[in-house]
Amino acid sequence: MGNRSETSPATAALTLRNVTKRFDGASGRVTALEDITLDVREGEFLAIVGPSGCGKSTLLSLLAGLEHTNEGTINLGDQPVEAPGRDRLVMFQQDALFPWLNVLENVLFGLRLKPDLTEAERLESARYYLNLVGLGNKEKARPHELSGGMRQRVALARSLAPNPRVLLMDEPFSALDALTREQLYGDLQEIFTKRKKTIVLVTHNIREAVCLGDRVVLFSPNPGRVQQVFDVNLPRPRRLNDPSLANLAAEVTEALTSHPAK
Amino acid sequence: MASKLPRPVIPTLVAILLLGGWEWYVRSGRVSEVLFPAPSHVLQWFWDSLLSGELLAATWVTMRRLIIGFAIGAALGVPLGALCARVRWVRDTLGVLALGLQTLPSVCWVPLALLWFGIREEAVLFVVVMGTLWAVVLAVQESVLNVPPLYLRAAQTMGSNGWHLWSRVIFPAALPGVLSGMKQGWAFAWRSLMAAEIFVVIVTGFGLGSLLNAGRELLRMDQVMGVMAVVMIVGLLADLIFFSPIESWLRRSRGLER
Repeated sequence: MGNRSETSPATAALTLRNVTKRFDGASGRVTALEDITLDVREGEFLAIVGPSGCGKSTLLSLLAGLEHTNEGTINLGDQPVEAPGRDRLVMFQQDALFPWLNVLENVLFGLRLKPDLTEAERLESARYYLNLVGLGNKEKARPHELSGGMRQRVALARSLAPNPRVLLMDEPFSALDALTREQLYGDLQEIFTKRKKTIVLVTHNIREAVCLGDRVVLFSPNPGRVQQVFDVNLPRPRRLNDPSLANLAAEVTEALTSHPAK
Repeated sequence: MASKLPRPVIPTLVAILLLGGWEWYVRSGRVSEVLFPAPSHVLQWFWDSLLSGELLAATWVTMRRLIIGFAIGAALGVPLGALCARVRWVRDTLGVLALGLQTLPSVCWVPLALLWFGIREEAVLFVVVMGTLWAVVLAVQESVLNVPPLYLRAAQTMGSNGWHLWSRVIFPAALPGVLSGMKQGWAFAWRSLMAAEIFVVIVTGFGLGSLLNAGRELLRMDQVMGVMAVVMIVGLLADLIFFSPIESWLRRSRGLER
């Protein structure tokens, strides 16, 4: 199982080797992730799916550098991941937009932290990505004036604008209604195809994972382990109700439910 | 029927009734005019002292003390509060001290201030600063600790840290709480200043509190009541002109308006 997810380092954006993460909780030590070995290829959309408590959000925090591994290594290219950095931007479950800034200023936030750009280039880039997510006309709006779906679009533009090497997505659609979510799947696939970004998406929604991912990694809980890796060879753009997509999703669900509960 | 009247009608009627009743009661000779002057007498004092410049001079002295003391208190309180939030051992020491000192009514500082600074301007300022400082420290500490961790995580992944994180994320996020702390600090400063001015005749300036106390010594109840009204109005105006607009702008721009 694990071997299938390894590739040569040259084509891998992120390499995880024997990653283990434990937390000291109130009820003793909990192993959130155990012996995870995984590669994320350059330009790949990797979807990590699993039931709650399988440590998938923890994995994303490790990749972001917001938490540290107890054992094992995580590399971005040939550099070890040790701290947060703008080569790995995160899109969170809640939009995390700053309410004291308007839409454009929110998108500019990450760009302003890149010293090698001129202010004009930053502005151009921010406007480009706002247009890409279809919110070019909302520059001056405050986050609270937008719907949940629009806010997540702004968050997406904010994460894409500084042009990170990897985009990490932590259940970014789970708080949205079904209709908005489906629109965003379409938008995200279009952007992914256009921009060839490396994306790691964490979700508990199997359909979503199959719809968006080039590969779907199924995690099993207690402790979080890689259970199985699925290749999704369906043409893009994929539709959520496509029968072959539904079949593959059923296959993943089958694997998930067949896992012996501990 | 009441719902059809414009809203200010009833309060205005009640005010007229109250003041009119008061005026009539005093003029009917049932109470001593010396101890309980009619509203018209208070108004007369107000007008006279306004014309003589006495009232404006006293208000100016008081406002200057208040603003300087408040500014010092806030300027010290904001960084100290931030430090309390950031460093645990500072929170466990200074933060706890602030909690204790905040419960101490600021009048209690007056004897100490007089011994340390003498009957001088510094003594008054010290009392005002002590009144402001701890409320601001606690409010800043609390609002910085309550900044949603999600904002910090998002900002950190975008490469923000250190001073940038503080100035662009933590402080803006904490601003509503900091502002209400300042408002509270202002209220405390106002109370402590009145206490200091009434207790101590400071030769360097004759403020509203001194004017109030002088009224007592001269048995001028119209002056006492007049100054009390002025103190009240100044407090209301500070809120109306300064704090309320900033607060409502903050709430509106962040969608917190109810």
